[in-house]
Amino acid sequence: MSSAELMDFDKALELFEPVLGFEVHVELNTKTKMFSPAPNPAAPGADAGEPNTMVTPVCLGLPGSLPVVNEQAIRFSISLGLALGCEIAPTSRFARKNYFYPDLAKNYQISQYDEPIAHDGAVDVELANGTTFRVEIERAHMEEDAGKLTHVGGATGRIQGADYSLVDYNRAGVPLVEIVTKMITGADRDAPELAKAYVSAIRDIVVSLGISEARMERGNLRCDANISLSPRGSGKLGTRTETKNVNSLRSVERTIRYEIQRQAAILAAGGTIIQETRHWHEDSGTTSPGRPKSDADDYRYFPEPDLLPVEPSRELIEELRAALPEPPAVRRNRLKESWGFSDLEFQDVVNSGLLVEVESTVAAGASPAQARKWWTGEIARLANVKAVDPSSLVSPADVAALAVLVESGELTDRLARQVLEGVIAGEGTPVEVVEKRGLKVISDDGALIAAIDDALASQPDVLEKIRDGKLQAAGAIIGPVMKAMHGQADAARVRELILERANSQG
Amino acid sequence: MSGHGAATELIALTAAELSARLASRDVSAVEATQAHLDRIAEVDGDIHAFLHISADALKTAAEVDGARRMGAKLGPLAGVPIAIKDVLCTLDMPSTAGSRILEGWVPPYDATVVSKLRKAKLIPLGKTNMDEFAMGSSTEHSAFGPTHNPWDLDRIPGGSGGGSAAAVAAFEAPLALGSDTGGSIRQPAAVTGTVGMKPTYGGVSRYGAIALASSLDQVGPVTRTVLDAALLHDVIGGHDPHDSTSLTDSWPSFAEAARTGAAAGSLKGVRVGVVKELGGEGFQAGVSARFAEALDLMAAAGAEIVDVSTPSFTYAIAAYYLILPAEASSNLAKFDSVRFGLRVNPPGGGTVEDVMAATREAGFGAEVKRRIILGTYALSAGYYDAYYGSAQKVRTLIQRDFAAAFEKADVLVSPAAPTTAFKLGEKLEDPLAMYLNDVTTIPANLAGVPGMGLPMGLAEEDNLPTGIQIMAPAHEDARIYRVGATLEALLEQSWGHSLISRAPRHPLAEGRTT
Amino acid sequence: MSESNPSPLDVAQVAHLANLARIALTPEEIEKLTGELGVIIESIAKVSEVATPDVPSTSHPIRLTNVFRPDVPGETLTVEEALSGAPERDGDRFKVPAILGEEQ
Repeated sequence: MSSAELMDFDKALELFEPVLGFEVHVELNTKTKMFSPAPNPAAPGADAGEPNTMVTPVCLGLPGSLPVVNEQAIRFSISLGLALGCEIAPTSRFARKNYFYPDLAKNYQISQYDEPIAHDGAVDVELANGTTFRVEIERAHMEEDAGKLTHVGGATGRIQGADYSLVDYNRAGVPLVEIVTKMITGADRDAPELAKAYVSAIRDIVVSLGISEARMERGNLRCDANISLSPRGSGKLGTRTETKNVNSLRSVERTIRYEIQRQAAILAAGGTIIQETRHWHEDSGTTSPGRPKSDADDYRYFPEPDLLPVEPSRELIEELRAALPEPPAVRRNRLKESWGFSDLEFQDVVNSGLLVEVESTVAAGASPAQARKWWTGEIARLANVKAVDPSSLVSPADVAALAVLVESGELTDRLARQVLEGVIAGEGTPVEVVEKRGLKVISDDGALIAAIDDALASQPDVLEKIRDGKLQAAGAIIGPVMKAMHGQADAARVRELILERANSQG
Repeated sequence: MSGHGAATELIALTAAELSARLASRDVSAVEATQAHLDRIAEVDGDIHAFLHISADALKTAAEVDGARRMGAKLGPLAGVPIAIKDVLCTLDMPSTAGSRILEGWVPPYDATVVSKLRKAKLIPLGKTNMDEFAMGSSTEHSAFGPTHNPWDLDRIPGGSGGGSAAAVAAFEAPLALGSDTGGSIRQPAAVTGTVGMKPTYGGVSRYGAIALASSLDQVGPVTRTVLDAALLHDVIGGHDPHDSTSLTDSWPSFAEAARTGAAAGSLKGVRVGVVKELGGEGFQAGVSARFAEALDLMAAAGAEIVDVSTPSFTYAIAAYYLILPAEASSNLAKFDSVRFGLRVNPPGGGTVEDVMAATREAGFGAEVKRRIILGTYALSAGYYDAYYGSAQKVRTLIQRDFAAAFEKADVLVSPAAPTTAFKLGEKLEDPLAMYLNDVTTIPANLAGVPGMGLPMGLAEEDNLPTGIQIMAPAHEDARIYRVGATLEALLEQSWGHSLISRAPRHPLAEGRTT
Repeated sequence: MSESNPSPLDVAQVAHLANLARIALTPEEIEKLTGELGVIIESIAKVSEVATPDVPSTSHPIRLTNVFRPDVPGETLTVEEALSGAPERDGDRFKVPAILGEEQ
C-alpha cells in the first residue's frame, strides 16, 4: 500500500467538482435467511455462530438444493423501499449474477438485475450547516450475502500473501437490500460530510423500521463509495473508483476526503484515474487499488429459473405504507422536543451520527441529558482515540445502565468513566464491572468522617479558615479525603461532611 | 418354492401385480427384493444399468414385511423394489449424476421424491446410470461407462435416463425414477420398449434432483406399464414447499385414471391431434409405419384424428440448445472443489482459481464442457439478447402453438423418438446429430406440458422397439394416463401380448425364458 | 482458427469463455470446441428469426407468482453433515488454496 500523493483538500475543491455515488448493503434482521430456513446470524440477538452451524443444503449450494423466498424479507424490502420514497415495482424478479468465488456457495449470487423491487426514491440528508441535501435513490434491490473467508498465513492476515483460506457459510444467504444512489453532484466541499450523513440517514431509517440491527462494525450495514472528479466547470465526468466495504461512518467520511485528494493530485499532474475497485485501510487512512474492472466482470445475469416473480398487491403495499414510522424530519423534531435539547445540542447528536444510539439509550432508561452527555462526550472521545465509531464500543443498554448508576448517585462521573472503560474492555455490564472492580461510591459516612477528621487534624490552618466562615477552604480537605477513599466517594457529600465536622469539632 | 422359476416369475410381474401379491402376503418384500437383486447380479454386468446397488435393500424389505405382519396400513406400492436415477440425492447411496466430479459423493439429504418413496415403503435397489448431468440421449456420456440396451447390447438405451429404462426393460426393477429435461424419460422409454412419463412442470418436486436446466427439468416414473407409471406418479407427485416451482394443484389419482382408461376399450369422443412438425422427414420408416398403425387403431376405437400444425416447433431444438446450456452453465458452477466432490490440484499447486479450473477440466466430460461453454457464450454480454433472450421468446411462441393445438385436440401425439436405438458410438462424434434425437420430446419441456412415451411395436427393418408420445395440456396429466392406458390395452390386444414380453431375456440362454 | 473457417467463434473467444466458466481447457480442446460450437451456434442462431420485439419472453413454463416461505427457522445440517463432502477441511471450516482474486 504505497502512500499516494495527495493534493490539499481546499485546492482539490478549487480545481474539481466531486461526483459521488453510494451502494449501501443492509443485512435484514429476519429470523431466517433469504432463501432457506437456516437461522439468520443478522437476526436480533443472534451472532455469527460457530462455523458452519447455521447452514442447510441451500446455504452450501449442495447439488439438488433449491431456494425459496422468505416472505418477511419481501415485506422488509418493500417497507425500506417505501421509506426511501421509492416506487415499488408491480413485478420484480430475481436474477443470477454469475462469478466464481469461494465464499459464494453456488458460484452465482441470487440478486435482482433489471427488475428491482424498488426504484426512484430520495433521502433528505441534513448537514451541519443546517442545510438539507437531497440524495436521489436509483433503486433498492434484494440479494443474498456471501460466506465469510478467513485468510491464513502470510504476514498480514489479508488476502495477499495468505497461504490458504477457510470458509464459513453461516453468513451465506443472509438477506440483503442494496440501496443504490443516482449520481450525486453539487456536494462540493461538503462531499465527505454528506457521505457520512447519508449513510447515517440510511442507518436511522432501517433502525426506525426495525428491519436491521444496523451495526456497521458487524457488517450489518456496509457502504461502497464511488467517486470521480470533474474539472470544475468542464461538465465532463471523470473516471470513477469504487471503494469497497467501508465499515464505519467515520471511514465513509475519510474515504471520500482521501479519494478526492488522491484523484486530484493524479489529475493535476496530468495522470489518469483507473476505473478500479479500491480498499479502505482504517489504520493508515488510505485506499489501495484492488482489482481493475475487466471483461471478467461479465456476470451473465439471467432470470433465476428456480424463483418466480414477486408481484406485491396494492393492498400489501398500502398496508406496509400505513405502518411506516414517521418520516425522518418529523422524527427528529419529535425527539428534539421530547428530549428538551437546544438546537445546538440536538445538532451535535445528529452530526455525530448518534441519534439512534441516544434514542435507544433513552429507551433503555437513561435521561436524555445523560444519554447525550455520554455518547457525544466520553464515548465519542474514546472512539476517536481508537479510530472507530462510538456505536461499535458499547451498547445503548450498557450506556443506559451506566447513566442510571450515575443518576442514582451510586457512581461519580469519574468512577463511571472507569466503569465505561471496563465495559469496553469486555469485563461485562456496568453492574458487573462495578462489582468486579469494586468501584462503588463509599456512602458509609463513618468511613468518610474518619478520613475527614484525619485530614482536618493534619491541616489545622484550614480547619481555622473553615471555622472562620471561609467555606471554600474546604476544597483543600476534599482532595486528601477523596484520595484516601480511592476516589470512590461522592464529592458533594464529602464537602457537606467536612463543613459539619469542622464546625462540630473543638 | 421352485427357486429359479419362482424368482423369474417375480421379476416378470408388473408393479401393480407384485403389489397385489405383496398385499395378500403371497409374496414377501424380501423375496421380491432378492429376486431383483439376483437378476441384477445376473445381467447387470452386461447391461450396466446400475452405478450403485443399495446395501440396505433387503433390510428395508424386511422392515416392510415386519410392518405388514403387524397389520400396518401400507400404500399400494409398499414393498415394491425401485431403481433411482443417479441424478437424485439419496442419504444412503452415492449420488453422482454420472459425473466424475461427484464420484463417491453421499449427500447429507434425500431428494423430496426419494423421501416420498421411503415413506410409501418402496424398496430402493440402487442408483441408475445416466449421461453425465443428464446431458445426452444415449447414456454414452456417463463418466462410468455406457448402459447397453437390453434389446441389443450393441445399441444405446437412450438417454439421459438410459440406466433407469434399461433396468426396467431388463427386469432388474419393476419401477424406476427418471428425470426429463428434453426427453430423458420419454426417449429411453421409446427405444427400450418401456413406459416413461414426464409430468407437468411443477407436478413433481425437483428438490434434491441435481439440476441440469431448472426451467425444464422434471422428475417422473419409468415403468413397463401405464398403470405402474400412474401408481408411481401418485407416490411422487404433489406440492413440495422446498421447490418454489412446485404446483399446488390437488391432483386426481393417476392410477384411477389409468384403470378407467384400460377398462374403457374405446376412445370415443377423444380428439387426437397429430403434430405435423413432429413426424415425416428424418423419421425412420419403421417408426413412421408403427405410428400410422397406432393412429388407425385409435381411429378404429372411436378417436377423432385431427391434424394440427405447430410452426414454432421448428425452432424448438434451437431454443432448447440455448436455454439448456445457459441454465446448465450456471447450475454447474457449484462444482468447484470447495464444498463437495472432486478436487484436482494442478501440477505445482496453484491458487484456488487454478484448482477450480483444473478440477472442472478433469471432472467434467467433453459433452458437459461443450454445453457449459455454449451456455456461457449464450449469456455473455453482447450475445444475451440475440441468443438467450430470443430463445425465451421462442418459448412463448411454442406455448402459443400448444394452446392453439389444444383448442383442436384433447391430446397430441407423435413418435416418441425419430428412430429406434442406434449403435453405441454411432453419434458420439457428432453432437448436432445427437441433439436431433430430442426433436419430438423437447417442445413439451419448453412449454411445461406433460408427455408420455409408451411402446407402439417393433420397427420392421430392425426389430427394435418404437414409442409413441402422448401430450396433454399442463395440469392434465390424468388425461394422458387415461388415453395412454386405453391405447396400451388396444395395442396389446392387437398384438396378443405386451411388447416388453418379447424383449430378449439376456443373458438367459434361449429356451430359459418364461 | 484458420481463415477458411467461417465459425462465429474463434479460439480466443473460446479461451475467454473457458476462463469465465473456470475450466482449464487444453489448447487441443479449445481448438476442437471452436469448430464444434461454431456449427452448433450457426444452427441455433435461427431463434432470432422469429423472436420479434412484440413477443414477450417466457422464463418459466408454468407462470406462478409470489411463492414465499414463512420466516420460521427450520432444520439445519450438523457441522459434520455440512463438511461431510469437503475435499479439505480445517476444523469446522472448508479449506481452500490461496485466493488470487478479490471479493466482488
